[in-house]
Amino acid sequence: MLRTADSLLSLVGNTPLVELPRISPSPSVRIYAKLEGQNPSGSIKDRVAKAMIEAAEASGELEPGRRLLEPTSGNTGIALALVAKLKGYPLTCVMPENATEERIRVLRLYGADIVFSPAGEGSNGAVRLALELAERDPSLFMPFQYGNDANPRAHYEGTGAEIADVLDRVDVLVAGLGTGGTLMGAGERLRESFPDIVVAAAEPLPGDPVMGLRSLADGYVPPILDVEKLDRKVLVSNAESIAGLRALLDREGIFGGVSAGAVVHVARTLAAELASSSSDGGVVVTILADAGWKYLSSGFWDAHDVEQSMEKTVWW
Amino acid sequence: MTAVRIPPTLRNEVGGARQVDADGATVRELLGDLAARYPALGSQILEGGDLAPFVNVYLGGEDVRTLDGLDTTVSDGQTLILLPAMAGGAC
Repeated sequence: MLRTADSLLSLVGNTPLVELPRISPSPSVRIYAKLEGQNPSGSIKDRVAKAMIEAAEASGELEPGRRLLEPTSGNTGIALALVAKLKGYPLTCVMPENATEERIRVLRLYGADIVFSPAGEGSNGAVRLALELAERDPSLFMPFQYGNDANPRAHYEGTGAEIADVLDRVDVLVAGLGTGGTLMGAGERLRESFPDIVVAAAEPLPGDPVMGLRSLADGYVPPILDVEKLDRKVLVSNAESIAGLRALLDREGIFGGVSAGAVVHVARTLAAELASSSSDGGVVVTILADAGWKYLSSGFWDAHDVEQSMEKTVWW
Repeated sequence: MTAVRIPPTLRNEVGGARQVDADGATVRELLGDLAARYPALGSQILEGGDLAPFVNVYLGGEDVRTLDGLDTTVSDGQTLILLPAMAGGAC
């Protein structure tokens, strides 16, 4: 029965889980997709933004009206902008200057301030600059999705639990690797219900222009990410991501974002492995972080050389 | 011989090359061969006999940390990719 919601924030999570029979390389392996693009601001990051802010409110760390600051080149910023708007916090996002136009415009429409970090430093540059700004101005509150336990907890209590509630078998979980929150949280929850599960990360193979780190010392591993808890960590090229994205659209009618294409690419590979190694098939669950709308202005949809058209941007 | 792709961050250490060849039956042997020929590279990617924390090494497109680490066996025709650890979460 349809009911009214008291706030958009109470509609975060409980996203649909749909089977993708036309994507699976074998009828013995069922692939499901959790459609996180159906969250209120359009991505999985609504779960994280809501959880981080509510945890900080509950602990007393975040007082009413205090300004939020977060390094993000898109979805987390938009999700925080929604939460901040409804709860009355001003927001500043630090993002690489080559973020897509849609993201910048949506953030500004929500009323967020944007500070740009150098394009060549990718997300690492945004993280570095945000940490510097927060250090200089203690009045700012930085939720910091890379190091905030509320991030994986949102996926343990939400994303993972929702999947465990509706499926009685899961052999493989595939999600995009960014902060690591989805894989750590949902992976841990699903491993409790399905101890033999393979938790697999789809990771972007960055183009040369976005690897402008001066040295390895400028590298970054999110504090919430424990690679030991991953069973597979697979690099996906931009061309493979777009092939996955197109297959998703052509065969299943799902208009996914770039990371969704990468996740589907890895899911099909692991589904084929499962079909050849398991006598009774299997179940692969994918988490599709967002839809394709925010990427429409990107040149890759019509580009002959996908790699060249995409190499100057960090996509997830 | 195994092809090893070098990220921009580490190319100065190998004379500007995008890709170099290395010998070895395991990732440990491959990286040891590289370190012997390019000591400046070796000192960045290896730390106390293990992988340095901010370098990721992929064999056949998979992170060796989720395979058998430095003991991962290298097959003919596989490519080794070195990448700096980057913050994700763009999306």
